[in-house]
Amino acid sequence: MPTFVRTDKCDGCKGQDKTACMYICPHDLMKLDKDGSETGHAMKSYNQEPEQCWECYSCVKICPQNAIEARHYADVVPLGGSVQPLRGTDSIMWTIKFRNGTMKRFKFPIRTTPEGSIDPYAGKPSADMANIAKPGFFNHNEQNGYREGDKSELINL
Amino acid sequence: MAEFGNPDVVEEEVDILLIGGGMACCGAGFEIMRWMEGTDLTVKLVDKAAMDRSGAVAQGLSAINTYIGSEQDPADYARMVSNDLMGITRDDLAYDLGRHVDESVHLFEEWGLPIWKLDENGERHDGAQGMTSLKDGGKPVRSGKWQIMINGESYKWIVAEATKKSLGIDRIEERIFIVKLINDKNDPSRIAGAVGFSTRDHKIVVYKAKAILLAAGGCVNIFRPRSVGEGTGRAWYPVWNAGSTYSMAAEAGAELTLMENRFVPTRFKDGYGPVGAWFLLFKSQATNAIGETYMTRNKEMLDDYPPYGQAAVPASCLRNHLMLKEMKEGRGPIWMDTVTALANLRETLSPREVKHLEAEAWEDFLDMCVGQCGIWVGENIEPEKKNSELMPTEPYLLGSHSGCCGIWASGPDDIGAPTTETEAGVPDHLPSGWNWGYRGMTTVNGLFTAGDGVGASGHKFSSGSHAEGRLAAKAMVKYCLDNADYKPELDTPVDELVEAIYKPVRTFLEFKDYSTAIDVNPNYITPKMLQFRLQKIMDEYVAGVATYYTTNEHMLAVAEEKLDMLKEDAEKMRAKDLHELLRAWENYHRILTAEAHMKHIQFRQESRYPGFYYRADKNFVDEENWHCFVNSIYDKESKKWTCFKRAHVDLVDKSKLFK
Repeated sequence: MPTFVRTDKCDGCKGQDKTACMYICPHDLMKLDKDGSETGHAMKSYNQEPEQCWECYSCVKICPQNAIEARHYADVVPLGGSVQPLRGTDSIMWTIKFRNGTMKRFKFPIRTTPEGSIDPYAGKPSADMANIAKPGFFNHNEQNGYREGDKSELINL
Repeated sequence: MAEFGNPDVVEEEVDILLIGGGMACCGAGFEIMRWMEGTDLTVKLVDKAAMDRSGAVAQGLSAINTYIGSEQDPADYARMVSNDLMGITRDDLAYDLGRHVDESVHLFEEWGLPIWKLDENGERHDGAQGMTSLKDGGKPVRSGKWQIMINGESYKWIVAEATKKSLGIDRIEERIFIVKLINDKNDPSRIAGAVGFSTRDHKIVVYKAKAILLAAGGCVNIFRPRSVGEGTGRAWYPVWNAGSTYSMAAEAGAELTLMENRFVPTRFKDGYGPVGAWFLLFKSQATNAIGETYMTRNKEMLDDYPPYGQAAVPASCLRNHLMLKEMKEGRGPIWMDTVTALANLRETLSPREVKHLEAEAWEDFLDMCVGQCGIWVGENIEPEKKNSELMPTEPYLLGSHSGCCGIWASGPDDIGAPTTETEAGVPDHLPSGWNWGYRGMTTVNGLFTAGDGVGASGHKFSSGSHAEGRLAAKAMVKYCLDNADYKPELDTPVDELVEAIYKPVRTFLEFKDYSTAIDVNPNYITPKMLQFRLQKIMDEYVAGVATYYTTNEHMLAVAEEKLDMLKEDAEKMRAKDLHELLRAWENYHRILTAEAHMKHIQFRQESRYPGFYYRADKNFVDEENWHCFVNSIYDKESKKWTCFKRAHVDLVDKSKLFK
């Protein structure tokens, strides 16, 4: 299901050097056609290697113009369906359209804290260098998740 | 001014370099800053993509597959890992991961990852209802013994945010693809740096470092995939995993382990959607074409592989083995009976719960494999009305999921791991025993790995990879403090490295005007065609889908010859732009990884993983002679592999699995 960019919606991220989809694609697929020489559509982005698209939807979800959609792999999937997300800061909405016209909508939470709010070391101890060669992390069991284990299970000790 | 063919060369020196931006390096980046406090050590992370969406968790996940919980023991986990991988894993690595991993899972929840919960009536709730956290005793929704369900669309986004905040943006550089590690000029058994290039700017980067964490994922697309058009991209594991971890480590002299191991997941056909929740949470059955459950119909086949077939949950490869019998004997297609499973569940649920169940089924795909929903909508499949086909995929190489190939890494020293080696034939310069100083260090001093990189363990998944990165981070700080006086010197002059990296560009610029069609030119080969050739060789001779995962010594000999020529031709790859230079080096990494895989299968005189691959000439599991690790080293000068055995030792009692 390679992604495609709609000419009527993409604004090339308003003339910036890199578009959001170029920034995010894990496989370096999205490309801004600055002068239109590659697609005939200047200042719009496109998927330069659709057969390498993992359909991870990273570009679809990040596009500020909702200009990116996916057209299911033409060599595998019958035409006519679509699966389109709208990702917010705490949830994602999916609109699902079947080939036969059936529609479904789902909404799922994606995060329970405000985006950008993580303060990774807040309330956590500093590392104790005396423990650097021992098991455990710097915040040793601060998360109540270290599983000490029954030593009698270790048959070579 | 830098331009294509005339890049800037940027040299940098740091104490610790983290290569990769996936779960392992995110764990390392979070852990390392705290241990570095009060030292004058420096660190940098480089990622070939953008950390918010890089690595295997880029798309999200619907479950955390390794969560021990307070009710299970790390020894139980080590036993499960061992049996699923046919008895040959490092208990020290699995046990160590098992005792640490929940610390990372609890952090994910603190940072904002929604984790499903069970209420006191046993009803499931999504992770945004403000219920008691796991840390404080909240009950997760188990889908199997080790997995817990999450609302994981933003899993990577959240974990990356914590790492970015920990490291600081100045210590992270994205779109840097590292392609080679460099040994020390004065000590070839030590790492001294790494080189790569920017996929955005005309820039080559040369890093000197005392310690390097190499965690760049597993290997995808070395075998011809079942879908060969646009669908090529719909690999099960992320298509950007190019074997960089294994190949760069091998070229630096690191010992690899169990590179014969592979994973052939049975998944929803074509979209490769996950099956775990369907089997374990929705209690669905997989059947042959006439509705027979193959795990029941063929269960006596499990007795051919004692004891691994006789555990409550038989090894993953054996489950494939039973399914393949149905396919080979013409009783396909294989179905996931979603209709019956959902009908059974509906019987005891209220209408509200039924609606929730439907959402859960869709979310399972939407969180981590939207492509499977694409198949469902295109084929008008509603899982309560129509069953879906299952199919074993093309083979994948990895060390964090249900596979255990990778790099031989130093383990913990407090759980009874051997300190000597009893197998003959291990090259003299390699360490004996399973711990030689620093947790996660390879047999090259200063080179560490985690996640898919650490071999002979497996089943660490996202959470375990994060935890393993943290363990390596801590060990790297200790290594750097212990080696404070060491000053890395690269064994190759920088201008030679630059020329090596840019060779595909030079080749293109030199010959591009020889022919009118840019892709057909006798002076070079495109990375894409080179990949097709690799995939054809591996598929047809090294037990791909074309032969139902079957090979023999004669087929492997043909593969060896063809791979030799392919490796030679890799020198003639072209790159017409930076994007293609990325693909060229990815495919170079793929070839070396594929070659290691082939050499290991050739060396191991048995079929250790029936259902993943068969040596038709040695179609048995030989516990007497081959209950051992197969390890190897690569000589980058002669370009030859040396395979050898290492002894396997149990550190926990495996017989408990069979009681």
